[in-house]
Amino acid sequence: MELLMSVLIGLMFAASVYLILSKSLLRIIIGTAILSHGVNLLVLTVGGLKRGNVPILGLKGVTGYNDPLPQALILTAIVISFGVTAFFLVLAYRAYQELDSESISKTRGHEADDE
Amino acid sequence: MSLLHIVILLPFLVALLIPLTSRWTKKIHTGWLVLPVPIVLFIYFLTYIPKTMAGVSKETWAWIPSFQINFTVVVDGLSLLFALLITGIGALVTFYSIFYLEKNKERLNNFYAFLMIFMTAMLGVVLSDNLIVLYLFWELTSISSFLLIGYWYHRERSRYGARKSMMVTVFGGLMMLGGFIILHIMTDSFSIRAIIANGAAIVENQLFVPAMILILLGAFTKSAQVPFHIWLPDAMEAPTPVSAYLHSATMVKAGIYIVARFTPLFAVSGVWFWTVSLVGAATLLWGSVNATKKTDLKAILAYSTISQLGLIMTLLGVGAASLHFDNLNDTIYVAAIFAAVFHLFNHATFKGSLFMVVGIIDHETGTRDIRRLGGLMRIMPITATIAFIGTFAMAGLPPFNGFLSKEMFFESMIDVSHLNLFHAETWGVLLPVVAWISGVFTFVYSMMIFFKTFSGKLKPYLLPKKPHEAPIGLLLPPIILAAFVVLIGIMPNMINKSLLVPAVKSILPKLANDFSIHVSMWHGITPALLMTIGVIIVGLLLYKTHKYWKSWIVTHITQKLQLEKAYDYSIFYLEQGSYRTTMWIMTGWLRTYLNYILGAFIILTMGTMIAASAFNFDLVTLTSVSAVDFVLAAVILVTLIGIVFSKSRVTSIILLGTLGYTISIFFVIARAPDLALTQLVIETISVVLYLLAFYHLPQFSNIEEKPKLLSAKTLISIGVGITMTLLTLVAYDTSFYESISEYYIANAYKEAAGKNIVNVILVDFRGFDTLFETAVLAIASIGIFAMVKLRLTKREDKDENK
Repeated sequence: MELLMSVLIGLMFAASVYLILSKSLLRIIIGTAILSHGVNLLVLTVGGLKRGNVPILGLKGVTGYNDPLPQALILTAIVISFGVTAFFLVLAYRAYQELDSESISKTRGHEADDE
Repeated sequence: MSLLHIVILLPFLVALLIPLTSRWTKKIHTGWLVLPVPIVLFIYFLTYIPKTMAGVSKETWAWIPSFQINFTVVVDGLSLLFALLITGIGALVTFYSIFYLEKNKERLNNFYAFLMIFMTAMLGVVLSDNLIVLYLFWELTSISSFLLIGYWYHRERSRYGARKSMMVTVFGGLMMLGGFIILHIMTDSFSIRAIIANGAAIVENQLFVPAMILILLGAFTKSAQVPFHIWLPDAMEAPTPVSAYLHSATMVKAGIYIVARFTPLFAVSGVWFWTVSLVGAATLLWGSVNATKKTDLKAILAYSTISQLGLIMTLLGVGAASLHFDNLNDTIYVAAIFAAVFHLFNHATFKGSLFMVVGIIDHETGTRDIRRLGGLMRIMPITATIAFIGTFAMAGLPPFNGFLSKEMFFESMIDVSHLNLFHAETWGVLLPVVAWISGVFTFVYSMMIFFKTFSGKLKPYLLPKKPHEAPIGLLLPPIILAAFVVLIGIMPNMINKSLLVPAVKSILPKLANDFSIHVSMWHGITPALLMTIGVIIVGLLLYKTHKYWKSWIVTHITQKLQLEKAYDYSIFYLEQGSYRTTMWIMTGWLRTYLNYILGAFIILTMGTMIAASAFNFDLVTLTSVSAVDFVLAAVILVTLIGIVFSKSRVTSIILLGTLGYTISIFFVIARAPDLALTQLVIETISVVLYLLAFYHLPQFSNIEEKPKLLSAKTLISIGVGITMTLLTLVAYDTSFYESISEYYIANAYKEAAGKNIVNVILVDFRGFDTLFETAVLAIASIGIFAMVKLRLTKREDKDENK
């Protein structure tokens, strides 16, 4: 399972980097979303997969539990990346309004245009 | 803190007070208010003469004792000689500048503030015993010299000269600091006297030669030795009192001081002997040859200063040989050190007076060009007399003091060719030859200065002003200096016992107490005298034929070895190179920087893993894979491919949603119900947000190029993917130690009264994370609100920048 997961993680990182390196703002934001998915899976995988049961006490006949700490960390990460993604989306919307383009080329500073 | 410290810092304090005197300086020249300072200091240092004849005086003022950095002042013969030169010529130059600079036209407060700062710096350099304090004052001389050269900052040449001198001397200063720190590493002390006392122990150290070379670089740049002499001719853009003071008598001798001061430490080495004497000899020759081709009086004097500094440096280098003999009193090479100190003093007197004379000529005729000058002898008889004394002393003619030190120089050069040390018996014969040739050229340019200016026909139509004799205020300081030139010429042993011998003793501490030397004007027909006669005969011939060979020198020697051009080109190409490099690296494209960052990530991570041979995958502890896992993995793969290659944004957004939901199913399989729940909700909201933005954003435009397999973008994304896969595999190894989660599982209910362990961790065990994660959401929402609502930057002239 971990082997499969690590290949998947690598694929997600590759896809996200490819998208982040493109010129369209929306594709860049989609890239960052995939990147955060990849990181969440990475934390889950190195924390150990399928080693126990759902980490909720008091269920009948349940003893060994899965590690709850990575789950808590990922939960925090999901919420933060959601906040950042929402912010980025509105930023892209505003940038498009101001610059009339969603191409990253237009966001280059004016100073360098002088040459 | 002692009186000596106050004396050193007094000019600096006066510089601080100068702005407060503006009420009085409206009526009176600022120079009169400043003039008492160098006079008082000069008299104060005169009282040290009896003390230094007996021994040294030492005062310590703790500055940073924990780092052994203390403001320790030591007065010995060498320091006192320099201190007297600095304060004495400082007083004369201040007096001269009162008449030279006009009260209403110049910014006098600046001038005297810079001059006083320089005086403190110079006194600090020659009197400090602590290396770091010495370096501090050393840089202060560079800075105040920079300010003084650029005094007329509205002139382009002044700014160029100031910048050049700053570059060269600060380069040397930093090298010297490196040498000082190496000395500290070797000896664990910052005190020059302590290091010299410990000298025998560090000779064998492998850092000995690097320290020596670095310190010599500092000394050579400051004292304008070849090839670092290039800044001195350009420093002539400074006002003439500054040129007389800094660039002939004091600052350029700071390097000489350093070489003399460290002679007892480094001179045991043959590297020192050869470096110092050969660089000095090269400077001597190069300066004297170049001086003959110049037409500006100050430029001739600048190259003459370079040449004479080379002469003193050569003598110090040759004198280093004396340290190899046990009984110093009988060693002929001690005479070289004595000649160096003697010429140091003589040069300060005649060169100071010559600069002042040139200032007078400039002031009274409006030009310094020898092609326009001539026949001034009848109009300016006093100036002509002073110039006669100065130039003839510089040429080394009797009965002036330059003759005596020149004779001693020739004698030492002849002696060193017999030296049976450092292979000097083979190459040492070069030194007297170089000395004689440069003696000839020195004679030629000295005669040029005097005869082309004062004899011949007056050319009034070429002069901007109607020439007349200078006021007494301008004449008095050069008269005093010229009087020294004559007096020491007639009574050469006048200052031996009181000043020069103590200075020699501080350069050669091993010297016996009863050491004395006797200089006489006539000492029989010696080889040195014959050399002088040869200099006069050949010099006269060359002077008469000057106009025939001058162009030959220019085309065949100086144009082929253009060190000034080399400096200019190297500065130009350094600026161009760094500009181009910056333009090449900093493209302004986000993608370029991401490529750098990700490329560095791949190389560093992979490199570290390879270097640590980290690829020991623990395949035993892998958990099983079920059919569902494969199906989910296949779905993720398909959505990823779809997103990457999609041409439409709605497809991308829907596929991104699919990916998020698939991952939430993964969370279900991984037994993380809270994660699955949150992921589902968040993914839904995210997709809604993307669709909202979709409504406002355009279609993916045609800006996307076709995916190419071999583009940097593809390679880097594949590289990052592979790196992350390997990193996950390497990191996945549970065999190191147990997770701390056992504690959470055991105590979630007992301590925190909760059964959902993940939630208990979020709000009880690690509640702070949750607090600030809430803060992140709050900030994001406020930020979004602000971005949508605020329109402060929308200006009418927006299009101007496009």
